[in-house]
Amino acid sequence: MSDTALHPNAGAVPAHRYHDMAGTHHPENGSLLGFWLYLLSDVLIFAALFAAYGVLGRSYAAGPSGADLFDLKLIAINTSLLLVSSITYGFAVIAMQKRNVAGTMMWLAATGLLGVGFLALELYEFMHLIHQGAGPQRSAFLTSFFALVGTHGIHVAFGVIWLVTLIVQIKKHGLVVANRRRVMCLSLFWHFLDVIWIGVFTFVYLMGVLP
Amino acid sequence: MSAQHNHGNDHGHHDDHDPADDVHVSVKGYVTGFILAVVLTVIPFWLVMGGVFTDSRTAGIVLLAIGAVQVVVHMIYFLHMNTKSEGGWNMLALIFTLVILVILMAGSLWVMHHMNANMMPHSAHDMRVRP
Repeated sequence: MSDTALHPNAGAVPAHRYHDMAGTHHPENGSLLGFWLYLLSDVLIFAALFAAYGVLGRSYAAGPSGADLFDLKLIAINTSLLLVSSITYGFAVIAMQKRNVAGTMMWLAATGLLGVGFLALELYEFMHLIHQGAGPQRSAFLTSFFALVGTHGIHVAFGVIWLVTLIVQIKKHGLVVANRRRVMCLSLFWHFLDVIWIGVFTFVYLMGVLP
Repeated sequence: MSAQHNHGNDHGHHDDHDPADDVHVSVKGYVTGFILAVVLTVIPFWLVMGGVFTDSRTAGIVLLAIGAVQVVVHMIYFLHMNTKSEGGWNMLALIFTLVILVILMAGSLWVMHHMNANMMPHSAHDMRVRP
């Protein structure tokens, strides 16, 4: 009964709203500030995970410790992949501001490949640990380790998905205002992931292997 | 909030204006940031892999200090943080987040350290006393 009463309104409202949203009364830089606020809330998620690792990181439950498990050479390669992907993304932004469509797509693709390389090495590391019997269920240390590093890895995976989506959009529509805004938002996201990784390799890996 | 709304109205008619171009980027800036980041990454890996420190506590403090410097480098050269962007709202939100972050991290570590320090011997004692 209420459905039939509401139906005419329900049909009208979205059409009206669409008209509003199609208008260009969009606050300048609103997206970038909003995206920055999202990233800061993400910082707090990672802060909680870092705090959990800080509390539990030495609770081995008579199992393996970081010194036993972590392969710093692998982590060094992973870190350099992510670091190089930061500057390739920087070159994508520079190419974009010069309205160089091919250059932007090329640098974005390079960034994506480095991201995939990072994820491949991280998955290899995780598989290796689980295969050794050092999975997340082994000890509080490994639970907090997998939660923290895994959450970062999931972020990188979504960053790669976003990179692919963005390359397709730039290919279809060129460097229109919306796409340039997206490039800047993803730039914040990608560099933010690298900042989190600084915390991970310092706090988890390097300090984890200290006696 | 109302200040931002006004800001939006003031510039709402500049439809062609591109917020992405407000961020000033340069090859020089990225290369400088990259070189600094590489140096600040290589040093901690070398300190640990080369076994430079014998004392874990000193090593930990040095590593955290270098990490903090690298975070600032990334913030300035890659995330283009400054006090002017978005009329200062970026920086204000960042400072607020950092305050929460310090409370969250330091508070957790402090409380849980004391809990471990006070509870563990007690339960070990209990286990010794009980048959």
